[in-house]
Amino acid sequence: MTSLPETSGRKLGLVIDLDTCVGCHACVIACKGWNTENYGAPLSDQDPYGAAPSGTFLNRVHSYEVQPEDGTAQLVHFPKSCLHCEDAPCVTVCPTGASYKRVEDGIVLVNETDCIGCGLCAWACPYGAREMDAAEGVMKKCTLCVDRIYNENLAQEDRDPACVRSCPAGARHFGDLGDPDSAVSRLVEARGGIDLMPEQGTKPVNQYLPPRPRDRLDQRPDHGPDQRPERPAPDAPVALDAKGFLGWLDRTLDKI
Amino acid sequence: MHPAPSVIVFTTLSGLGFGVLIWLGLGLPAVTGWTAFAFFAIAYGLAVGGLMASTLHLGHPERAWKAFSQWRSSWLSREGVCAVAALIVMAAYGAGLVFFDTRLAALGWLGAALSLATVVTTAMIYAQLKTVPRWNTPLTPALLLAISLAGGALLAGQVGAATGLLAIAGVLQILWWVRGDRALATSGTDMATATGLGGIGTVRAFEPPHTGTNYLLREMVHQVGRKHALKLRIIAFALGYAVPVALILLPFSHALGALAVLSHLAGIAISRWLFFAEAEHVVGLYYGKR
Repeated sequence: MTSLPETSGRKLGLVIDLDTCVGCHACVIACKGWNTENYGAPLSDQDPYGAAPSGTFLNRVHSYEVQPEDGTAQLVHFPKSCLHCEDAPCVTVCPTGASYKRVEDGIVLVNETDCIGCGLCAWACPYGAREMDAAEGVMKKCTLCVDRIYNENLAQEDRDPACVRSCPAGARHFGDLGDPDSAVSRLVEARGGIDLMPEQGTKPVNQYLPPRPRDRLDQRPDHGPDQRPERPAPDAPVALDAKGFLGWLDRTLDKI
Repeated sequence: MHPAPSVIVFTTLSGLGFGVLIWLGLGLPAVTGWTAFAFFAIAYGLAVGGLMASTLHLGHPERAWKAFSQWRSSWLSREGVCAVAALIVMAAYGAGLVFFDTRLAALGWLGAALSLATVVTTAMIYAQLKTVPRWNTPLTPALLLAISLAGGALLAGQVGAATGLLAIAGVLQILWWVRGDRALATSGTDMATATGLGGIGTVRAFEPPHTGTNYLLREMVHQVGRKHALKLRIIAFALGYAVPVALILLPFSHALGALAVLSHLAGIAISRWLFFAEAEHVVGLYYGKR
């Protein structure tokens, strides 16, 4: 049924820290690795070693240059996967009921055996979270690694989405954003997390933490140049109380 | 958006086919026997031919029957239900006219209403998408319905109605284009809201996620058709609306009528190409494109 649930018990999702992401794409590879060999159709590549490679990915990292009115430009790496929206437009447009949002945890999934590959859900998504697999002809999207997070065959520390587990910078956080006391909700509260394209009315569950204000070369964060402790000149002697032969040499040379 | 030939053929031909069925259902013209057979054959050829073409762009056409299930929430599902219901009802109505010389008026009205609903539901598939600001307007169903009614009247030989409806459709077409050219800019969605980084400064796409292309760019960031957009608009307007009106205002002949229909069909096909090729999907903003 492609009607959306009134409300989901939990709102599982990701919090992505744009301040911390270093743009290494480890999450992209970990996502593709896990999701191509586990649940559903594999994520195919077309012409992978040729002149025009292309493939299905559920998580992609963009990079943006942000130019403030004055000062230097800032580079922001920007991972993007399904935002598991509360008001998911991709779900309601589905003609077959293949797309659905789970009542229990709010994860948006595709039942691939019902998908006719019409592509309308990808048109309805403003974020580009859904990609039609060119080999299988079915719609692929982030499952929030539903086959990891509840998987009792995995060690507890591995029951996170592959992108979160693999992030070396700790820029991706997974948890229940419906619980105001969860670690992710407190993080969003503390850092002023935001919705992407709020005007689209999708109410995304995933939240983005904007980059913290940067230091600037012309605005010293400490006491200014005059108050810094005086530093010795670069050619000043390091040892002032030399003894023995070197002490005698030092004193003799001083006298000449 | 990628102007897939299957979808252009589908919306153009089916729109015209269901337009003819609307007029036939209303008893305009009041045909029976072999004449009725000819009219219904043309209408079904267009409507069903278009529907068949639409299945060509599906990844799994063999599962298309599943699309009848979600009519409560999905415009695409509603379209499928309306189309099949209209074709079944109009087949029964047409059989009465062709084989029994009998016009079951109520059945005809029902068939006309279902045919009308099919055109509206098709238009709503596009008009509902907030992600494509150019389509996201009540003008979209108004335009597609006017084109369908005008083309149907033209093919059904309703000269008076066709003249008026072609004029209305032509005006709606221009309004739709003018509004559409401002739609993305006035939608409130831009790179600043897409990335949430607008508070810091001007956002520029620095590096795409991959060196190659991907499904999103192929499907939703098509830019080829936009180069000659103005020329194509003039050609579409002339062939689709102006020339047919001029031809049917001349003294009637079947040859001129056929020419008017062909000109209209060619103009609408070009207009439909532009409908897709010019439409900007907001996902392009993530790639610094539109």
